[in-house]
Amino acid sequence: MKIEDFSIFEFSYLVKKRQIRPSIIVEHYLKNIEEKNDELNAFISINENVLDEAKELDARLDRGEELPVYAGIPLAIKDNINIDGMETTCASEILRGYKATYDATVIKKLREKGFLFIGKTNLDEFAMGSSTEFSAFGPSRNPYNPEYVTGGSSGGSAAAVAAKMAQAALGSDTGGSIRLPASFCGVYGLKPTYGRVSRFGLVAYASSLDQIGPLARNVEDIAILLSIIAGWDSKDSTTSNMPVSDYFEYVFENRKKEEYRIALPEEYWGEGLDEKVREPLEEFIGFLKMNRFKVERVSLPHTRYAIPAYYIIATAEASSNLGRFDGVRYGRRKMGRNFREMIENTRGEFFGEEVKRRILLGTFALSTGYYEDYYLKAQKARTLIINDFKNIFREFDFVLAPTSPTLPFKIGEKIDDPLKMYLSDIYTVSPNLAGLPALNIPVGTSDGLPVGIQLIGNYFSENRMLKFAYFVEKEYRR
Amino acid sequence: MDVVIGLEVHVQLKTKSKIFCTCSAEYTKDVPPNTHICEVCTGQPGALPVFNKKVLEYGILLALATRGKINAVIRFERKNYFYPDLPKSYQISQYRAPLSLGGYIELKSGKKIRLERIHMEEDAGKLIHVAGETFIDFNRAGVPLLEIVTKPDISSPEEAVEFLMLLRETVRYLGISDGDMEEGSLRCDANISVKPEGQKELGTKVEIKNINSFKFVKRALEFEIERQTELLREGGKVVQETRLFNESKGITESMRTKEEAHDYRYFPDPDLVPIEINEDLIEEVKKGLVELPIEKYRRFIRDYGLTEERANILKSDLYLANFFEETVKKIGQPEKVANWLTVEITGISRELGIELKDSKLAPERFSALLGLLFEGRISRAVAKKLLKRIYETGEDPLEIVEKEGLTQSEGGLEPLVQKILEAHSEQVRQYCKGKEKLISFFIGQAMRETRGTADPVELKKMFEEKLKDACKSMD
Repeated sequence: MKIEDFSIFEFSYLVKKRQIRPSIIVEHYLKNIEEKNDELNAFISINENVLDEAKELDARLDRGEELPVYAGIPLAIKDNINIDGMETTCASEILRGYKATYDATVIKKLREKGFLFIGKTNLDEFAMGSSTEFSAFGPSRNPYNPEYVTGGSSGGSAAAVAAKMAQAALGSDTGGSIRLPASFCGVYGLKPTYGRVSRFGLVAYASSLDQIGPLARNVEDIAILLSIIAGWDSKDSTTSNMPVSDYFEYVFENRKKEEYRIALPEEYWGEGLDEKVREPLEEFIGFLKMNRFKVERVSLPHTRYAIPAYYIIATAEASSNLGRFDGVRYGRRKMGRNFREMIENTRGEFFGEEVKRRILLGTFALSTGYYEDYYLKAQKARTLIINDFKNIFREFDFVLAPTSPTLPFKIGEKIDDPLKMYLSDIYTVSPNLAGLPALNIPVGTSDGLPVGIQLIGNYFSENRMLKFAYFVEKEYRR
Repeated sequence: MDVVIGLEVHVQLKTKSKIFCTCSAEYTKDVPPNTHICEVCTGQPGALPVFNKKVLEYGILLALATRGKINAVIRFERKNYFYPDLPKSYQISQYRAPLSLGGYIELKSGKKIRLERIHMEEDAGKLIHVAGETFIDFNRAGVPLLEIVTKPDISSPEEAVEFLMLLRETVRYLGISDGDMEEGSLRCDANISVKPEGQKELGTKVEIKNINSFKFVKRALEFEIERQTELLREGGKVVQETRLFNESKGITESMRTKEEAHDYRYFPDPDLVPIEINEDLIEEVKKGLVELPIEKYRRFIRDYGLTEERANILKSDLYLANFFEETVKKIGQPEKVANWLTVEITGISRELGIELKDSKLAPERFSALLGLLFEGRISRAVAKKLLKRIYETGEDPLEIVEKEGLTQSEGGLEPLVQKILEAHSEQVRQYCKGKEKLISFFIGQAMRETRGTADPVELKKMFEEKLKDACKSMD
């Protein structure tokens, strides 16, 4: 068994029993990074102190000190989440060189439990994209085949986890940005219920949709990470004060086999779904039926409004959220003859094309005379989509859908066709609009490339979702 | 010409911390630049606002005091524009669901200036220009503001000033703001238009910004009325625009026209959840309501028989008004007390540069002092002298008077005056013959006898009267 095959829980036990030293774990992952990152470009920056930090933990162990429960386990963090003193670039020229001045709440919580942060991972600039090609630091490459994209925008995190360059990772998901790359890279990726995890310290793309979540190679790690990062935060008014389950305990201590009622919405399984994706997914559905779960076809009739509503709401919020990158206080600046010209030069020069496209779209959608026709209408569509799901969850535990309509595509294949690229999110944006939790479960491969299925749960039902995923992980032989 | 004015007033709230972070809201000159700042109020990437509920309480208080209708659910919206002092490139403000709608402030004439709305928002930072360079101080960024928007009910610069004075007094009475225009804790923009007398349709309005004192409010509005009237008389047209008041020139200058106006792209701030205002909260806040300045003004005239002018001065300062009432409660004589407060105290405060509320003078001491005066135990001159002394030291007037022997003899000065006249019959005769300068001789005698404690003005009056009688009896 290789080091990377242990779970967070196992590492925790081994370190506590002094059967493995934190520096050994970290060195192993650093070695993997050294071997693979040049090709995969999963990391934008590596934490140069991480080995020293691990050795410091070694020393503390040697002195007989009690360490935090997950001491020395290295995580990869998407480069739009602040770690105090480290660069946060958001894969944008405009923030190249910008050092964060504080820890995001999720980082603070993980740090308290002893986790180390091995590096910051690549993404589409400001998390705007579905392939991690729109990065000022170049595209990340799929560990299954470097000719292919990782999916996005948390492509660096997914690749880092899949290629075993970190134990697990954090990503952010606004319209599929955790689930899509998790699917393309064959790992688990969870977008929690909106408000379950604090967004404080996550550089905002679309505030009403953004949510931080974990990516990992097994369900156990997802459950442990979620237990730590979830919860109310005095610094984020949109967090919920619902008590946080110990997901790990729920999934592993409670062995009772549960009955699940699963809905398959016809809007997600019809035309537009690539046959190469459909095959392994239908095989998986067969497995569920064999287990005598209730699996039924349903309808979420307003699904077709999801993509347009998403791209109006997300870009509208983004156009405002990205205003702060004006060259005045931080980040890069390109001078001009006056303030207005300085702003124009700075934003014109240092924002990438896709970011500019979305800022323009959003600015338009919020403008006088268009607000009612676009932004307000999109919000109404959002309510309809929420109601669709509410109806379904009266009778079902989960909605099951493909994560992506296609297999991972080749680098460069969709980069010049924004509409085609936007359709990559067709199955993933609805849970963001509705604020529902959604998890990518890897269920097989086609043409040597991973295929994932998307499990959508009711609000705050992450415990049951993870239990279901764990059952699949253990029982489903691909 | 008819003048139509509407005001937009920003009142800075004196909460301990800022509206969306825990930084201190203090940003005076004594605070070094950029020391009361954090990732939230400087708009660092990833930072999120958290609403300070104290701001809501202060806002509700003003809404209640102006009889506004408080919305059951309110929310914050983003007002988007670029400016170097605006850290996030949007101001968190309120737009479609503000704190309150309607309400009014009543002028002394009884005319009600109706309010459109009151809403909460954050202040921006401050630009500091030094030697051709511009610096930004973010201490002020995120300081809470209430914006009060009136309906176009104001018809003269004088009414505008009175409205602002009353609003200032109201926020001071409520203890929610310093309401100081010069310090920027009360700021005012004005919308103004003129139209031919009696015409129903409103004229084209002009917005005037950058009016930083009560004096300038009047001057800016007067200038603008004249400018617009002139324009219309000459057959011209008023252009809808924003104009800046230039203090040194005393004129308004065009800043931007309607075509150049910003599209602020307001939309609900997704970082802040809508706030439900329930009755319990309103009831709780209601306990902080006090008698309003205009009510106090009317009551002072009605119950104490004060002149409008005196009542106005007293009501302009809650501390002064309370001081007045406490004193009157002890010794009555409201008119005399009001006189002493509005004339003598005001004079001393100006002379010493110490405001009454910062002085050592308490109503107990003040009423004790006035008591001695009203009983005739000390003279006006002594009373004035002591008042200034106690204002600075806080001593007990009874003690001073006794220790230093400053009391007048029983029955006041009359026996003394009589005694002096009797002792100097020769001088009295000469006075009656026309040597009127001798009056100062008599006063001098009395001053010596009283060791300077008597009031020479009073003495002069008394000697003149007595001598008049004496001369008559000589004829």
